[in-house]
Amino acid sequence: MTELIFFINQVVIAGAVLGCIYALGAVGITLVFGILRFAHFAHSELMTSGAFFAFLLASAFAAWGIVTPIPTGFVVLPIAMVISAILALGIDKGFYAPLRKRGARPVTLLIASIGVTLMVQGLIRLFFGAGSYSFFETEAKDVFRIDLSMLGSTRPLVITEPQLLMIIVTAISVIALHLFLTRSRLGKAMRAMADNADLAQVSGINTALVVRVTWIIAGALGCMAGTMLALDVTLKPDLAFNIIIPIFAAAIVGGLGQAYGAIAGGLLIGFAESLAVFNWTMVLRPLNAILPDWLQLPATLALVPTEYKLTVAFVILVVTLLVRPTGIFKGASS
Amino acid sequence: MIQRSLTLFAGLFVLILVIGWLMGLPFTSSRLVEAAAYSLIALGLNIQWGYGGLFNFGIMGFLMLGGFAVTFISYPVNPTFWGSDGPLMLGRALLAFAAGALLVIAARKSDRIGLRGGWKTFVTVLAWFVAYCLYRSQLDPAAAYIESAAGGGWVGGLGAHPILGWLFGGVLAAVIAFIVGKIALGLRTDYLAIATIGISEIIRALIKNMDWLTRGTLTVSPIPWPTPLPQDYQASGSDQFSSLLLARGGFLLLALAVLAIALWLISRAYSGPWGRMMRAIRDNHIAAASMGKNVTARQLEIFVFGSVLMGIGGAMLVSFTQIFDPSSYQPINHTFLIWVMVIVGGAGNNWGAVFGAVLIWLVWIISEPLSKVVFDFVSMWSSNFGWGAIPDIEARSAQMRVFVLGLVITIALRFAPRGLIPEMVKREG
Repeated sequence: MTELIFFINQVVIAGAVLGCIYALGAVGITLVFGILRFAHFAHSELMTSGAFFAFLLASAFAAWGIVTPIPTGFVVLPIAMVISAILALGIDKGFYAPLRKRGARPVTLLIASIGVTLMVQGLIRLFFGAGSYSFFETEAKDVFRIDLSMLGSTRPLVITEPQLLMIIVTAISVIALHLFLTRSRLGKAMRAMADNADLAQVSGINTALVVRVTWIIAGALGCMAGTMLALDVTLKPDLAFNIIIPIFAAAIVGGLGQAYGAIAGGLLIGFAESLAVFNWTMVLRPLNAILPDWLQLPATLALVPTEYKLTVAFVILVVTLLVRPTGIFKGASS
Repeated sequence: MIQRSLTLFAGLFVLILVIGWLMGLPFTSSRLVEAAAYSLIALGLNIQWGYGGLFNFGIMGFLMLGGFAVTFISYPVNPTFWGSDGPLMLGRALLAFAAGALLVIAARKSDRIGLRGGWKTFVTVLAWFVAYCLYRSQLDPAAAYIESAAGGGWVGGLGAHPILGWLFGGVLAAVIAFIVGKIALGLRTDYLAIATIGISEIIRALIKNMDWLTRGTLTVSPIPWPTPLPQDYQASGSDQFSSLLLARGGFLLLALAVLAIALWLISRAYSGPWGRMMRAIRDNHIAAASMGKNVTARQLEIFVFGSVLMGIGGAMLVSFTQIFDPSSYQPINHTFLIWVMVIVGGAGNNWGAVFGAVLIWLVWIISEPLSKVVFDFVSMWSSNFGWGAIPDIEARSAQMRVFVLGLVITIALRFAPRGLIPEMVKREG
C-alpha cells in the first residue's frame, strides 16, 4: 500500500498537474492554428506575461492588506486573464493582422510570432530582470497530508493547495470551453471555421469576430496555464519559453486544430513525463525478497534519467509526427 | 540592385569603423571573427531556407555538434581514461548499441516471416524497448565509471589540429542532418519547424548530460587555436596590444578564407543547373516532381549541405572563444538570431545572408552598450525630476538585446519582407 501511495504522489498527482498546464497551453495553440493556420510560437510569452500580470496583481493585493482564504494567485486570476486577452488582441492587431492583410504565407506569420516572442520576452526581462519570483513569499503554501494508515500505508497522500485548486480550475475551464464550443453560436462558428475557413466565410460567419474570440480564449487560457505553472514552481522570465515544445507536442499529438485533442495530448504528455522518470525500484522493492540474489533490483530503475525529463515530450512529438502527423484526433494539415 | 548592395555594404563598413573607433580594436576584431563564423552559419541556413524552402529551426543542435566536434578532436589526450577500463566498457556499450540496432532492423523486416499489421508493430516496439534497455545496461555503468576519478573524469580529446576539428564538425553535422532529414523532411513547413526544434532540444539534452563524453556543465577549456595565440606572439617579443591584434588578425584571416571558399563554391553551384533545379523545387515542388526531379532526395541533399556549414561555423565559434559550455547554448542566441540574420539580409541571396549576419551580429553586440547609454540618460533625467534613478542598469541593458532582436525582425517583416538584399530573379529567354 505504501508503494501505491508513493506511486500516486510521484506519478498521478505530478502528472495531472503538469498535464493540466500543458493542456491549457495547448488549447490556445491548437485554436490559433485551427483558425489562423499558423504555429503561434509567441504563445509561451502570453503564458509568461499572464503569470506576471497575476503576480503583480497578487503583490498589489498583498500591499493593500487583502487576505484571501485561497492563494491570492487564484483570486486575481480572472482579472489577469482579462488583461492577457487584451494583450493577445493587441499583439494580433499590431503584428499579425497587417501581415494577414498583405496575404503573407503562414511561414511569415510564424517568423513574426518569433519576433513577438523575443520582444515580449525582452520587455519582461527589462522590467523583472533575470531572477525568479514566488507567489508564496507573503503567504504560506498549504500542504495537505492525507493520512492513509487505515489502508495500511505508512506514507500520507501529499498534495499542495495550489495543485488541488489547479486541477479543479482546469476541469471547470475545460467544461466551460466544451459548452462554449458545442452550445453557443460563436463556438459553432469557430469549429466551422477551423474545419474549412473558406466555406465558413461564404456561409456568412463573421470571420473577424471569430478571430477576435480565438485570441481572447488563447490569451485567457494561456494566462491561466502560465499562472498555474508559476504557482506550482517559481515565476521567471523564461517560465513558459522552456516548455513551449512540450506544449506544441501536446497540441500535435492531439491533432492541431482539435481542442479536445489538445486536452488529451496535454494530459498524455504530462503523465508520460512523470512516468518516464519514475523510479520503479520504490514500487517493486518487495520483489527483492522473492528474487534470487543475482537478480536484485538496482537502486534506481527509471526508464529515463531525471535530467532527460523534457526529452520525453520531444521523443513523443517526433514519433507522432512520423507515425501519425495529423495526431490522434485527425487535426488539420497546414 | 548591384548599386543598392554596394551602398549597403559600404554602410556596414562605416558601421564597423565607427564601432572600432568607439570600442577599440581588440573588441572589434573579436566581434569580426565571430561575425565571420555567423556568416558561415547564415549561409548554411540560406541554403536550406532560401534555396530549398526548408524550415530548419534546429540550428542550435548543429552548432552544438560542431562545438563538440572541435573539442573532441583538438583537446589534449586524457591519459588516465585511456589507461583505465573505460575504453573497454565503452566498447561493450558500442557492441550493445550495434546489437540493439540489428534487433530493430530485424523487427522492421519481420514481415518477411509472415508477421503483419498489429503483430509487426508490437514486435517493432518490443525490439526498440529491448535495444534501449540493452544499451542502457552497458552504457550506464561505463558512464558512471568514466565520470569517477578512476576513469579520468571524461573521455578527453584526441589532440589533433583544430582545423581537423572543424572538418569533423562538418562531417558530424552532415551525418546527423542526414538522419534528421530522413526522419523529418516528409513534414510540411510548420510541422518541420516544430520537429527540428524538438530534435535540437534532444541533441542539447544529450550533449549537456553526457558528462563522460562532453564534460557537460563542467565545461571544457582551453581549446587550442588553429593559429598562433597572443601568448605565442608575446613569447617572441611583441607587446601585449600588438600580439593580441596579430593573433586575432590571423584567426580572422583563416575564418575569412573558409568563408570565401564556401561562398565561392555555393555561388558556382547555385548559378548552375543545380541551382535552377533547387529554385524550381522550392517554388513549386509538385511541378518539379512531375518534371522528373527527385524532390525528397534533393531536399535531403540541401539539408545536409546547409548543416555542414552550420557545423563548421559552430566549431569555429567554440575554438575562437576557447571554451565549450553546453549550458550556454540557447535557442534565442543560436537559432532565432540566425533566422533574423537571414530574414533581414535577404533569403535566397548569399550576399544578403552574409550582410545580414554581420549587421545583426553587430546590432546584437552594440544594443547592450547602446541601451546602457539610453538608460543612463533617462536615469539622470528621472533623478533630476526627483523620481529616482533606474535600478540595475547593467543587468537591464544586457536584457535589451532580446527586445531589439524582436523589434528588428518585426520591422523587417513589415517593411522589407524579402530582406535588405533580396533574391535576384533572373528571367531567361
